Amino acid sequence: MTDPAVSHGSALPRETPLAARHRALGASFTDFGGWSMPVRYTSDLAEHHAVRRAAGIFDISHMAELTVEGPGAGAFLDHALAGRLSTLPVGKAKYSLLLAESGGIIDDLIVYRLADERFFVVANAGNRTPVADALVARAAGFDVDVVDATDDWALIAVQGPAAREIVERTAGLGGFGRPLADLPYYAATDADFHGAAVLVARTGYTGEDGFELYIAADRAEELWDALTEAGEPSGLVPAGLAARDTLRLEAGMPLYGHELSLDILPVQAGLGRVVAIDKASFVGKGALESVVAADAPVLVGLTSEGRRAGRAGYAVLDADGATVGEVTSGALSPTLGHPIALAFVSPAHAAVGTELALDVRGTRIPATVTELPFYRRTK
Amino acid sequence: MTDLNSLKYTDEHEWIALEGDVATVGITDYAADKLGDVVYVDLPGVGSSVSAGDVCGEIESTKSVGELYAPLTGEVLEVNDDVVADPSLVNADAFAGWLIRLRVTPSDVDGLLDRAAYVALTGGEE
Repeated sequence: MTDPAVSHGSALPRETPLAARHRALGASFTDFGGWSMPVRYTSDLAEHHAVRRAAGIFDISHMAELTVEGPGAGAFLDHALAGRLSTLPVGKAKYSLLLAESGGIIDDLIVYRLADERFFVVANAGNRTPVADALVARAAGFDVDVVDATDDWALIAVQGPAAREIVERTAGLGGFGRPLADLPYYAATDADFHGAAVLVARTGYTGEDGFELYIAADRAEELWDALTEAGEPSGLVPAGLAARDTLRLEAGMPLYGHELSLDILPVQAGLGRVVAIDKASFVGKGALESVVAADAPVLVGLTSEGRRAGRAGYAVLDADGATVGEVTSGALSPTLGHPIALAFVSPAHAAVGTELALDVRGTRIPATVTELPFYRRTK
Repeated sequence: MTDLNSLKYTDEHEWIALEGDVATVGITDYAADKLGDVVYVDLPGVGSSVSAGDVCGEIESTKSVGELYAPLTGEVLEVNDDVVADPSLVNADAFAGWLIRLRVTPSDVDGLLDRAAYVALTGGEE
């Protein structure tokens, strides 16, 4: 049998500060965004279910972090990114997009405002260089310093309904700027871990409550161990990229390189709300103001019955068997028990309830356009 | 406990146990680990003929789709309905979770890999 995961790339991927922990846990590794990352420790499904039912701990230190600092930081980000960051309150985070002049997406980002003149920009691992290059180039004329701080930081996510109790009782982790119980979604607070500064953000990529903890790379193992120990009574398990992918897919969250790319405009991906089109100017604004082609494909959710999932690249067919779109991500949903997929389809076939089909390696599998997200946690 | 040294292997990560002219075929634990949790298997129909090297089925995990290649030419005598109903059996024990049984020409197995050659192929991982 042939499995793409069995083949090995030639370029030597980087390791995160937690690589030794993953090896000790018996993880399988995969190359992702130039990094060697744990894809699973025991079972994708068990790790997925643990996050939905209890909690999972993820090493996502491959993510890129850049600091943007200076009196012109807010104005600079308003120019460089699609959203309005200058009015973001200190301690809050915002999901944003870095657009090309064409309006296509260079990357999707999370931006934290740490102080009036200091922001923290988190980008996808594989886009570290294009993001850093674009931000540095766009900083010309602004009183701001852009620094790629990726190598300084480790990033650990604790996600799941038990995440808060676990982070709260982690030994040595304290000094929260505000109690975690009061920390809203997409907000962050300072904390201390045995003298190391930690940024604790209520953000994630799983559709569950959870936190992402930024800490100096050389203190990451210590924090991983403390979180793991605190989480054991709650059922916390280490979770890999395989579970992270099925969790985000159920939550309807896009993945760069699948749902987002330089060839996709924000509105096609359902991200029009992220663009502050009323800003006086920002990179990409001109292209977004021109009329989008009426037949430009749009992102939809598709659900099927049975167990055979559409996968990235599979054709989406209409009732007559004509190709009307393409799957960008798909899996048998572990939580829902049926196949789900994200796909770009022509607008004429994008209404919720439209009956389509997936060409699953020659077999037509019926699929219905479904409202996103596929899964929403009960609060 | 399966004696792994008594089995034959392919470079497509299948194992083959030969008894008389009946070959039992599964995927190796190495392949099962790489695939991740198997959630669906599509196997050839009983009575159909398969040719060595041709795709005769599919194995889907949460992460990816693998193709099952016929390791030998022959007729499908039996498929493992337990695995069809519960594909996680492949992950639980890849050497117990067989997929198909074929009637084959016994001498054909001579062209397959032995354990040492297969372990070398997978870089020493067992």
